Amino acid sequence: MLTHLRPALVLLTALTAITGLAYPLAMTGLAGAIFPARAAGSLIERDGRIVGSALIGQSFSQAHYFHGRPSATTAADPADAGKTVPAPYNAANSMGSNLGPTSAVLAERVKGDLAALSAENPGVPVPVDLVTTSGSGLDPDIAPEAALFQVPRVARARGMPEDRLRALVTAQVEGRTFGVLGERRVNVLALNLALDELARR
Amino acid sequence: MTLIGWFQIALFCAVVLALVKPLGAYMTRVFAGERTILSPVLVPIERGLYRAAGIDARHEQTWLGYGLAMLVFHALGFVSLYAILRLQDGLPLNPMGQAAVAPDLALNTAVSFVTNTNWQNYGGESTLSYLSQMLGLTPQNFLSAATGLALAVALTRGFARASSRTVGSFWVDLTRCTLYVLLPLCIGLTLFYVWQGMPQTLGASVDATTLEGARQTIAVGPVASQVAIKMLGTNGGGFFNANAAHPFENPTALANLVQMVTIFALGAAMTNVFGRMVGDERQGWAILAAMGVLFLAGVAVTYASEAAGSPALNGLGFSAGNMEGKEIRFGIVASALFAVVTTAASCGAVNAMHDSFTALGGLIPMLNMQLGEIIVGGVGAGLYGMLVFVLVALFVAGLMVGRTPEYLGKKIEAKEVKMAMLAILCLPLMMLGLTALATVLPAGLAGPANAGPHGFSEILYAFTSAAANNGSAFAGLTGNTLFYNTTLALGMAVGRFMVIVPALAIAGSLAAKKTLPASAGTLPTHGGLFVGLLVGVILIVGGLTFFPALALGPVVEHLAGAAGQTFAAGG
Repeated sequence: MLTHLRPALVLLTALTAITGLAYPLAMTGLAGAIFPARAAGSLIERDGRIVGSALIGQSFSQAHYFHGRPSATTAADPADAGKTVPAPYNAANSMGSNLGPTSAVLAERVKGDLAALSAENPGVPVPVDLVTTSGSGLDPDIAPEAALFQVPRVARARGMPEDRLRALVTAQVEGRTFGVLGERRVNVLALNLALDELARR
Repeated sequence: MTLIGWFQIALFCAVVLALVKPLGAYMTRVFAGERTILSPVLVPIERGLYRAAGIDARHEQTWLGYGLAMLVFHALGFVSLYAILRLQDGLPLNPMGQAAVAPDLALNTAVSFVTNTNWQNYGGESTLSYLSQMLGLTPQNFLSAATGLALAVALTRGFARASSRTVGSFWVDLTRCTLYVLLPLCIGLTLFYVWQGMPQTLGASVDATTLEGARQTIAVGPVASQVAIKMLGTNGGGFFNANAAHPFENPTALANLVQMVTIFALGAAMTNVFGRMVGDERQGWAILAAMGVLFLAGVAVTYASEAAGSPALNGLGFSAGNMEGKEIRFGIVASALFAVVTTAASCGAVNAMHDSFTALGGLIPMLNMQLGEIIVGGVGAGLYGMLVFVLVALFVAGLMVGRTPEYLGKKIEAKEVKMAMLAILCLPLMMLGLTALATVLPAGLAGPANAGPHGFSEILYAFTSAAANNGSAFAGLTGNTLFYNTTLALGMAVGRFMVIVPALAIAGSLAAKKTLPASAGTLPTHGGLFVGLLVGVILIVGGLTFFPALALGPVVEHLAGAAGQTFAAGG
């Protein structure tokens, strides 16, 4: 037993230093030198202010913006630190709803969202991603159909023709990687930034 | 299900298979102590480490010495990690001012990382300092993975050697595996992940002002370097609470594919290392084939079930499948595939919330872990878990024809079969025993977030994941309580060491035996008959042991859901 103590101590210390300090610190330095913007979190600035990250979704609820998916993230209740309150797109506390397929809570929530969305754009089928929460609660994307579904509402709120908005959405669609991997999608923050830009012109 | 979905699955399989031979050849050289392309850089470091530690690299250990060295090393690793977590508030690199981790959570987390489980009862971004993530968790990600590989190699030496007292040196295997295999691959992967958009910074969280004028605090950190080893070492502990579903931890579909490939890469290559070391690569391919059959069956069930969606939502007119808890950039197929990969191996990273999977879609990940994660499995752990099943399968075949079973020229006798059964039985003991305990104690029943059979599934999944050293979760379960922190820690420790020690005993016993030439009565172990026998034994053992528990959880939920039933909390 004791004969094992010295090799165990020395190897643990040395390998911890190599893999726990040298490796992450060297990688941080290297990544910061080669890909400075991405290593810092792909932050987006507008008019000198950080408005978010290209990879992290943010909460949109106003009618003149395209909305992302519902988010299940929470934050500590300001009134009682032991409890939590809903805080959609809290990028300091990622989480999903963790509601199972036979959850009555999930069924009720989806029913409520479905009714609201159907009233906004009657007669058009509601895309499923607009009524389901993502795994992280920070999903930056929606499906192209989910963006097109919202065009009438945004057009009404902005007083812009629907055709221009549809063209804007189509221009923002990202395809599958190599034509195979993943799904077609629209980054909501990028879409809304382009929308503001379009409205400003 | 779509054609392009199956094409993504086929692409994943092709990449993994293409890596088996080159990685296998390289790792065989590393474990044999031969020169490799990296030797000019690494040999001086390696020699320096041995000199400082007083290790004679040529001195080999018996199975008992090898096992003792491993246990002492783990005990020290546990103590140092526990200390870092308890003291993080006073240590540097804590820009967010995280408090010290509570004793039971620190116990759970330390056991979790030392045993390669990486169960997360902590929320990474809200609990741990950068120092804890870097100096505490990252080294254990490397070392627990290296330990798994070392043990698989030791067991393989047991098969490959004849009349030998020793099975190798734990210190040398551990060091070479870390320096020659894990570290170089991780350096390349880290840079790839940052290129894909993963942060790698020591700066504090960023405050952004959203387009609607709200404040959004965005957690960042040295993410990429930890994700590289978390996948390659089948650890799975996330930098963020949402793990690989978090856009910073898995930014693109391409990063997602690479993460899945690296979960399987070393485990699949170990079958080739096994084949090369015993002098017949076909033996390795046969084992990989048995793994592949079970894997593809699991993928088909999970993908079909998730694509079909849940009856509750389909009843409202949706038909695009189950998107609750999934990310748009991955969609149904890459989420279903990831779930099967991460539980087939002992990774436990998740890119979608398993808790929100359909009943049958969530059953397969559970079953994968209950079978002992032998489908490719944890790095190293998968191979020695599978070899244990190989011995049982040959024992069963031997009983059928009334011959002493043999494998690769070694007679399989009472001692080996007893040890194999011990390793196999400790998993259901922990998974089912602790689940039963939790379902009768108020402290256990306080855990589940969902009502009805899904609540039972959450408990069963937790102890299954812990004992199998997986670490994924039906995450609705509130696990950060005294009861769950301690019982899950127990499950993780027993599930790791009660498999490792019998496996090493088998290695020692086999190494000491003579190698006999194959005779006309020897069952060939590289063909379809053997693969079928092995798959059959695995499914029968797993099916008989776990079917009753699965029937109470996912099976009941599937039937209730199909009948249109939902369950409200408190009901």
